[in-house]
Amino acid sequence: MDVMAGKVKMTQTTVESAMNPTDAPDRSIRIQAQDVKVHYGAKEALHGVSIEIPDRAVTSFIGPSGCGKSTFLRCINRMNDTIEGARVEGLIKLDGEDIYDPSLDVVELRARIGMVFQKPNPFPKSIYENVAYGPKIHGIATSRTDLDEIVVSSLRRAGLFEEVKDRLNEPGTGLSGGQQQRLCIARAMAVGPEVILMDEPCSALDPIATAIIEELIDELRANYTIVIVTHSMQQAARVSQKTAFFHLGNLIEEGVTEDIFTNPINKQTQDYIMGRIG
Amino acid sequence: MTELSQSNTASRSLAAERARKVKAGLRRRHMTEKIFRGLGIAAIVAALGFVALLFTDVLSKGIPAFTQANLHLEVAYDPAIIKLTPAPVREVGQSDAGFEQANLKWRSSLVLLNWNKVLEVAMRKSAPADYDIDTRQLLTIPETNARHILRERYVEDPGLLGKTISIDLVASANVDNWVKGNIDRDLPDAQQQLGADARALTDFFAENGTLTKDFATGIFTNVDSRAAPASAGLAGAFMGSVYMMLVVIILAVPIGVASAIYLEEFAKKSRLTDIIEVNINNLAAVPSIVFGLLGAAVFINFFHLPISAPLVGGMVLTLMTLPTIIIATRAALQSVSPALRQAALGLGASRTQMVFHHVLPVTFPSILTATIIGVAQALGETAPLLLIGMNAFVASVPASPLDQATALPVQIFLWNGNENRNFFEARTSAAIMVLLGLMILLNAIAIFLRTRLERRA
Ligand SMILES: Nc1ncnc2c1ncn2[C@@H]1O[C@H](COP(=O)(O)OP(=O)(O)OP(=O)(O)O)[C@@H](O)[C@H]1O
Ligand SMILES: [Mg+2]
Repeated sequence: MDVMAGKVKMTQTTVESAMNPTDAPDRSIRIQAQDVKVHYGAKEALHGVSIEIPDRAVTSFIGPSGCGKSTFLRCINRMNDTIEGARVEGLIKLDGEDIYDPSLDVVELRARIGMVFQKPNPFPKSIYENVAYGPKIHGIATSRTDLDEIVVSSLRRAGLFEEVKDRLNEPGTGLSGGQQQRLCIARAMAVGPEVILMDEPCSALDPIATAIIEELIDELRANYTIVIVTHSMQQAARVSQKTAFFHLGNLIEEGVTEDIFTNPINKQTQDYIMGRIG
Repeated sequence: MTELSQSNTASRSLAAERARKVKAGLRRRHMTEKIFRGLGIAAIVAALGFVALLFTDVLSKGIPAFTQANLHLEVAYDPAIIKLTPAPVREVGQSDAGFEQANLKWRSSLVLLNWNKVLEVAMRKSAPADYDIDTRQLLTIPETNARHILRERYVEDPGLLGKTISIDLVASANVDNWVKGNIDRDLPDAQQQLGADARALTDFFAENGTLTKDFATGIFTNVDSRAAPASAGLAGAFMGSVYMMLVVIILAVPIGVASAIYLEEFAKKSRLTDIIEVNINNLAAVPSIVFGLLGAAVFINFFHLPISAPLVGGMVLTLMTLPTIIIATRAALQSVSPALRQAALGLGASRTQMVFHHVLPVTFPSILTATIIGVAQALGETAPLLLIGMNAFVASVPASPLDQATALPVQIFLWNGNENRNFFEARTSAAIMVLLGLMILLNAIAIFLRTRLERRA
């Protein structure tokens, strides 16, 4: 283990064996980040993050507010490109391919890596249109019936369908905060991404809705790569197999979720988990 | 225990102190709010007052112009006066040119006939028997184009010869002034524009129904006229303005909106875009007359486009309106929340899809309003048009944007300078009303579209 630079690195095999000791060869590393630095203008918000994110598993990012979780998450589908003044350095690979390669099509990348934003941001269009938009632009659904099916199943998976089935044509912006959050989850699901980035997807949800989303995450895990940012230790412990702890723009510690929560190596991680910082 | 209760009372008194402070501040805050509200209401009342003043002035002056003194005469096409060979009939084997020639000759012989005599006879018929008025004075009652109208009727239908028909003719501007009381009836004869006999006859006509004040359709259907001011109308200027507006809409709106979208959404921020931005802002502040000079130099002198043409006028106004549209569109685009853009991009929409599917639909109402207001401003612009010859006197309705024309604001300017003040003051206000009506219509369309689109969004 590499304790230099204040980080504890974990080799892939340990993560995999912890998650599923019998099925090791099927697992591989989906995303590799090396020394990722992000600047907002002159200010450096991430100071060199290196991490590997496993396929078909849930990785959670935890850490105090403002430590750079969202910033790092946005690097993975290049959403930082859209923020004026943001600059990303370092290397991020998806399936061994550099995603910052100039020849890479970021539209395709974002179709493969879906994102649920920290603040719900439904389109000012109908609920139906919100969910149908992704499949439409990517040509996933060609017929109206296909599209209907995708919309309904996506809303169902996000636990929203029953609440909105009678008002699919009403604007998505008219929903409550928690409903909007689930609408955004449904919208991201509808595209069928391989990697799903969720930035605090349950921050506005009641325990029941949270349970539905956690179930969804658990179910998706079988086929997808999921990264979730959360402020709830319990949630991280419940849904994720790997946990990374960020603090002040650094990745302090990462590893098998169980280990991080029961036996953190770094003092700061310990303090955070015990509720002494953050 | 005691320590706790002590700190409790301490914090309670602190809270009371805080509440007192809030209360003390409250009065001041309410006061400021009241003062601000008062000032706001005063400003609005003042603004509305000025608008009301303007409207009452324009309306009170302009409305009388929409009625006009008309003469209803029984006109006899007396063969004794209209001594003429019959209209040429096409002979067998005659060439087109030959027939045309004969026709032209016939028409010019028509002009030489004494149509004034026909008119005079008709008028004397309505006057009291043996009324003593000399011909010259009698003919100041109808507008000077009356004889042309009688002739045109005949050209249209040569079968009128020997028949008597009733014809409505516009009375002259001076008669109009007299019957509307625009001129002081007690002024001495030397200062009156109509002779004493003509004045008396006018009053007689008004009494016996030969002269009535009717709705002045001529204002809308006629073109400007110098020789016959009473029949001067706005049709030419109106069409000129409509053509220019079309040119502005066709050119300025797509160019302006497209450049704003490009600059705001696609162009990489660089020194060049900064320079462009500064220049656009500066252009918006350039006096419109400068655009007129530019138009004259570039479109007319360099590209040799026709002078006085609505096309050129529209192009000059396009130059003038472009910065306004670009700035307004960019402001609208900038106001779109980044969250919406990220939502679209995060789903894998391309930049173009983001702009056209999400950003434009939410900004469309404000872009539309800004554009229509820009076009309305252009519609009211006068100065640049003077420099490209659109103040020329044009006595026909332009059939295309390349024909000579004038525009509504220019027509207002021209009429306002007319020497027959008594008559043209009302005409000017009437023209202002038409122009304002057009503007209100445009703004109403803007508001209508805006509310409709916003409801749909
Ligand atoms: N668009 C931006 N422009 C400038 N600075 C930013 C921007 N976004 C984030 N930052 C800064 O980068 C740092 C990391 O922010 P980030 O949003 O990644 O934190 P976070 O860990 O997601 O916090 P939270 O848990 O509150 O969401 C913060 O100091 C923040 O102020
Ligand atoms: Mg965040």
